Amino acid sequence: MNAPPVLPGTLNDNPVLGRWVTFPAPGKVTVNTGRVELGQGVLTAMQQVAADELYVSLARVTVHSGDTARTPNEGYTAGSQSIQTGAVAMRQACADVHALFLEQAALIIGCRPDELSINDGSILRNGASTGQDYWTLAGAIDLSAKATATGARKAVTNFTSIGQDTPRLDLPAKIFGNVAFIHDMKLDGMIHARVVRQPNRGATLDTIDEAAIKRSAKGPIAFVRVGNFLAIIGTNETAVDLAGAAAVGRVTWQNVEPPSVSQQEGMWLLQRPSVDRLLGPPEPADPQGRERFEATFTRGYVAHASISPSCGLALFKDGQMTVWTHCQGVFPLRAALARTLKLEPSAIVVQHVQSSGCYGHNGADDAAADAAIIAMQMPGTPVRVRWRREEEFVYEPKSPSMVVKVRALLDDKGKPSDWTQEIWSGNHNGRPGGGNSLLGEEALPGYVPPPPANEVPEAAGGGATRNGDPLYDIPQKRIVHHMITEPPVRLSALRGLGATANVFALESCIDELAERAGMDPVAYRLSIISDKRARAVIERAAAMANWQPDAPGSERHGRGFAFARYKNKAAYFACVVDLEIEEEINVRHVWCATDAGLVVSPNGALNQLEGGIIQAISWVTKEQVRFDNDAPSGPVSFDWDSYPVLKFSEVPEITMELLNTQDEVPLGVGEVAGGPVAGAIGNALYRALGARIRDLPLTRERIEATLLAECR
Amino acid sequence: MSRYDFSVNGKAVSVSLDNEATPLLNVLRNELGLMGTRFGCGLEQCGCCMVLIDNEPVKSCNREISTMAGKAVTTVEGLGTPQRPHPLQQAFLEEQAGQCGYCLAGILISAKALLEKNPSPTRREIALALDGNICRCGTHNRIMRAVEKAAALMRAGATS
Ligand code: FES
Ligand code: FES
Repeated sequence: MNAPPVLPGTLNDNPVLGRWVTFPAPGKVTVNTGRVELGQGVLTAMQQVAADELYVSLARVTVHSGDTARTPNEGYTAGSQSIQTGAVAMRQACADVHALFLEQAALIIGCRPDELSINDGSILRNGASTGQDYWTLAGAIDLSAKATATGARKAVTNFTSIGQDTPRLDLPAKIFGNVAFIHDMKLDGMIHARVVRQPNRGATLDTIDEAAIKRSAKGPIAFVRVGNFLAIIGTNETAVDLAGAAAVGRVTWQNVEPPSVSQQEGMWLLQRPSVDRLLGPPEPADPQGRERFEATFTRGYVAHASISPSCGLALFKDGQMTVWTHCQGVFPLRAALARTLKLEPSAIVVQHVQSSGCYGHNGADDAAADAAIIAMQMPGTPVRVRWRREEEFVYEPKSPSMVVKVRALLDDKGKPSDWTQEIWSGNHNGRPGGGNSLLGEEALPGYVPPPPANEVPEAAGGGATRNGDPLYDIPQKRIVHHMITEPPVRLSALRGLGATANVFALESCIDELAERAGMDPVAYRLSIISDKRARAVIERAAAMANWQPDAPGSERHGRGFAFARYKNKAAYFACVVDLEIEEEINVRHVWCATDAGLVVSPNGALNQLEGGIIQAISWVTKEQVRFDNDAPSGPVSFDWDSYPVLKFSEVPEITMELLNTQDEVPLGVGEVAGGPVAGAIGNALYRALGARIRDLPLTRERIEATLLAECR
Repeated sequence: MSRYDFSVNGKAVSVSLDNEATPLLNVLRNELGLMGTRFGCGLEQCGCCMVLIDNEPVKSCNREISTMAGKAVTTVEGLGTPQRPHPLQQAFLEEQAGQCGYCLAGILISAKALLEKNPSPTRREIALALDGNICRCGTHNRIMRAVEKAAALMRAGATS
């Protein structure tokens, strides 16, 4: 018996070709992707891939995405994997389909397949029309066949769509103000709902001042209660909204345990219960005469802060649940909903609908679960839940705070010969697919908390440990990981996961070591890295910014450099940051060079890169979720005033280049920038201040405190 | 139930509502079916819900309907259509100025208000005019380039 072929990317789990490609009507191709549009342009990229491998024009290709009833199960759209594994799978599926059609056509025409080619769907024999095309042949082809990975993929040099800038499919609706987002969906007979949130797991409903809440609504509303899950419903959204806001103060709870101010800083994590592990060889007890370098870095909790609060719709009818959601993984959500609702997965359809950018695991899954829980109580009525802004800030899972301690032993030239990155962090994998609870589920009767979930495995790039292993040539390296098991708030994945704090820490240290060695930071990096593609982006970024070795920072102005290869196996990124300090950091210019291998959509890649850079500047200079004991809702960061993000007038000039490495496999770029931008800002700040701040965010208060300490 | 008469995108509209404090945003989206104006915060902080009221940019999420009698509202749907795009829409498409695009409707409105007062804004003036709009995706520079381009198109005589 032959072993089944090894199929690329997510094709292995979804080998049936008809799951990927269909020919629904003459002249039309529909491709199905399990990947979902999060504002990163992935649907357009899939359209380009399919057009190329099926040899049809872009206009013929419709992309259907994220639908448990139709699309392949590709898990989560996360970790910059869409292009790396999703596009690769799509390419091969289309190439296999293309080959099937050529074989069938050859049979009918009575020729060899290699005499045939396909041009915009029409079958040509030695360049001449045969009267056959995909659509005349489609009936004769069994697309329930499995992929074999034997269909030849197009040579890179023959691409007509891949690598070209293609207008995004989804932008016109957003620019002309059409129905574009899940928030805009209207179902017949739909009711609106707001959830009165359980303040924390284990809190129990005490009193509900129904009369006062009804008065505030100024319109008809009703309550739905299942255990400690309480929702307000009604046909008039304004009334439901007013009641939802009023209920926050008019519903009381027992067993409320808000997080405290002391828990908001990274250092709180030290000495907490943790699951510990060592990745790599044990740390040498004796430095054997080598000089020792040590530094400690921290970062607070960070919010996804999507611009639209989460939204979910659900309809339970004839024993069948349909859920509309903007989550990143429709199949994992279906499994979690089956558990929550006590339904079979086969009784649930989950469909993705676009929303604002999420940058990771925000409230999307939870809002969908809220809608489904309510819909179960009112069969036949479609339910729309839209979270309040404050609800999104307070209840979305946060990106964990972290402590990173670096210990290095230096050889006689000042180069690191042994490196330890010791990391304290909560779990970056709070996704329902990881076995975690949906938020509403925690309030249901009989809820039993699941065992703590595992962190993202190293094979997938790790969670807290992501990029904790420097890519530099260091003879001995290890990661010591302490996963904090009892965090004060729900935690999950935010763009880059642990890479932001890890790269911030290690790239800060590399600059410090360069200074000790009396070397320019760029030259020092080049002296300890042999990876050719890494060297290329480092050299290119330095050249783009006209980096001058040893140029000192001037009063209040600084320039910094940093580099990383995301997950040590995705795209390479190096950048230079120029900044000025008035009272706070003003980043003025960022230059970056990126090597992402084959780029499906250069314009799209640059869009993602720039977004990642700007978001990272915001994280590093402004963002921390703050807690307060007195606030009944927990975190005191609950709106855009208490959790500000970078504004238009604060955004720097950004100069980007993609290195031409189109022959290399494609590498996602969505998350590559965070760590290096954090590192470069830290390094530039050091040059401007003459002192290093090792705690993120690099706020005005921290800068002032550092300057004051300098003056003493 | 009270009746409110005003205009939206040049058309007279009349809505009857129980709650005179109903936000204009909810009226646009839920009563008039104009979904282009988006909800982001309901707190007048993010700019997703920006509309023009008598040519002034206003956040519509807390603007009570009772204050709207006789006013002229312009929403993103009133700017242009795919067949006849407003120069701003044309420039946003050409620059592919959007990631998730959730912020764009409000930003287009703020930009329209700016260009009407100042046909040749500097980059700094554009940035300041858009500071009431949040873009979380980091599309700022593309958006500002698109506004500059639209300004140039409009100075050259383009209309929607
Ligand atoms: S929704 Fe009105 S300003 Fe945010
Ligand atoms: S493009 Fe997503 S918020 Fe602006």
